Amino acid sequence: MISRKLNLLTTVTRKMPAMLAALLIAVTGTSVHADGHGMKVGFIYVGPTGDHGWTYRHDIGRQSLESELGVEATFVESVPEGADAERVIRQLATSGHKLIFTTSFGYMNPTNKVAKEFPDVKFEHATGYKRESDNVSTYSARFYEGRAVIGTIAGHMTRTGVVGYIASFPIPEVIRGINSFTLAMRKVNPDAVVRVVWVNTWYDPGKEGDAAKALIDQGADIIAQHTDSPAALQVAEDRGVFAFGQASDMSKFAPNAHLTSIVNNWDPYYIERAKAVMGGTWASVDTWNGIREGMVSFSPYGDAVPADVRAAADAVKEGIASGSIHPFDGPLNNQAGEQVIGSGERLGDGDLLGMNYYVEGVEGDLPG
Amino acid sequence: MVDILIPAIITIITASTPLVYAALGEMIAEKSGVLNLGVEGMMLMGAVTGFIAVTQTSSVMIGILAAMLAGAGMSFIFAVLVLGLQATQVATGLALTIFGIGLSALIGQGLVGVAYEGIPKLSIPLLSDIPFIGPILFEHDILVYGSFVITVVVSWFLRKTRAGLILRAVGDSHHAAHAIGYPVIRIRYMAILFGGAMAGIAGGYLSLAYSPLWIENMSAGRGWIALALVVFATWRPARVFFGAYLFGGITILQLHAQAMGAGVPSQVMSMLPYLATIMVLVLISRDQKKIKMNSPACIGQPFHPSS
Repeated sequence: MISRKLNLLTTVTRKMPAMLAALLIAVTGTSVHADGHGMKVGFIYVGPTGDHGWTYRHDIGRQSLESELGVEATFVESVPEGADAERVIRQLATSGHKLIFTTSFGYMNPTNKVAKEFPDVKFEHATGYKRESDNVSTYSARFYEGRAVIGTIAGHMTRTGVVGYIASFPIPEVIRGINSFTLAMRKVNPDAVVRVVWVNTWYDPGKEGDAAKALIDQGADIIAQHTDSPAALQVAEDRGVFAFGQASDMSKFAPNAHLTSIVNNWDPYYIERAKAVMGGTWASVDTWNGIREGMVSFSPYGDAVPADVRAAADAVKEGIASGSIHPFDGPLNNQAGEQVIGSGERLGDGDLLGMNYYVEGVEGDLPG
Repeated sequence: MVDILIPAIITIITASTPLVYAALGEMIAEKSGVLNLGVEGMMLMGAVTGFIAVTQTSSVMIGILAAMLAGAGMSFIFAVLVLGLQATQVATGLALTIFGIGLSALIGQGLVGVAYEGIPKLSIPLLSDIPFIGPILFEHDILVYGSFVITVVVSWFLRKTRAGLILRAVGDSHHAAHAIGYPVIRIRYMAILFGGAMAGIAGGYLSLAYSPLWIENMSAGRGWIALALVVFATWRPARVFFGAYLFGGITILQLHAQAMGAGVPSQVMSMLPYLATIMVLVLISRDQKKIKMNSPACIGQPFHPSS
């Protein structure tokens, strides 16, 4: 597809001074050709489709949309969150796309702005909360549910009682994941602690690997990550410790170290929403699906995971799917040991969406 | 403490090595009077080509050679454009980076998800048994040793050899060099090719040793850091090397500080390598006379023998 690489300029602009970036803005475009089915769906990605992580999984969803429904689904990759995004979204809207998925949090304001100009086009924004006009939907996955499952595995399998966690940016989504992981781990292993290293990037294989090394050097024997590349798993394999994959099945990179990966599964949602547009039943909704709906799924367990641990992890998966378990069931203490909620209580979605504190068992200060 | 210190220092060395290669190569090109902003693109081409070669042939040497050739090949395109066709160096260099990002992604499409165990470590007999020093200095892969050697060689070449003097002369005044009879264009070709080969090795180091895999854009801006290092180190090889290690070192130490639970905001920590490297290099190189002496006066200016 010609559109694949046309936006490379925008990739580069992230790495260059703003002055140079300004020179380069004008060039992105998508090639568009009509298709028998008539409907065109557009995707805008924050990273390259070859990242083997976040964007890769969105693109798998886009591909199954094409193969299942025969619609033409074009994409623009590596679009920085900011002024460029607005231009790309507008371009998709003017070039005949009837449904546009904007797949990163930072596209929130541009999506809503462009949506007001194109009332006939439906917009779906991933991981955001603003729906300023009735042609905007938001959708996200309850990844924290997946993190409760891998936290359970970590609790069973850590020997040192120290688990390393590579985090990207201190936003509620990431903090929620750390907390969910920690709570589940300490249900199994109350003495275990989580050490967090913030790398302040979603995607830098070298730095992610270095963070893993630092954590392992400081005693962590399991590595979890909220960044996108498989570099940390390779380090874990090399050092003989365990690790979890992120966003897609990363077992290939660490055949011995890989315990399981949380897999982002957007396919069913994309197909359902495209069908709704074709059938005229599309409406603005806010979707936050998890393990039950299959939006959060898992790769097969690694060989290192013993049967009893698999059973424990499966029980958590089933409990979350059925609603009998919630990762944020009380009693729940914050990092300082003060009770947030008591036994029998449960944090609501509002509390989860704005989460800005560590729970007990996480070491280090939360960057403010 | 020592058991943390040794692996931390080893990690610092691996984090700094690609910067050393890329920055020294760029420095030679700049010393000849050519500013090549395509380092990032050349690195990525080196990374993807090296990765393909090594997974196809399972020969580390072929992998490194392929990375080198890919970087040099990219720089050759640049050289033809800026030396042969007198194109603007800044714009051409930017285009080369953009081209490299795109082309490497295209070539590497089938490689996403392919695993490789990394190039082997070469322990130097006896020396690697020395406590503390041994594991830090003598248990690395061949590219790390190579980066030490190349730093010394480049430094020696620029200071002590006639060829180095000629290269500097070309960079300082291409008209004067031309008038004396030096082949300015040919010398610049060689300097650019050397820079490309070094950027290729730097990229190869990323995909073969640092994090042995291929994913798009995996250099994540290191080419730009190398470019900045050259300027802040005022075109002096030892300072380029020092700057690369300062940057790599602080990057790794801030990760360790976080893992230990130091109460400093992580944003400040992430900023630290950039800030400290710039400040230190600016401070040690603030002698205006020396800056003027070391910076190539003709940098960025096109040259044509007839002008």
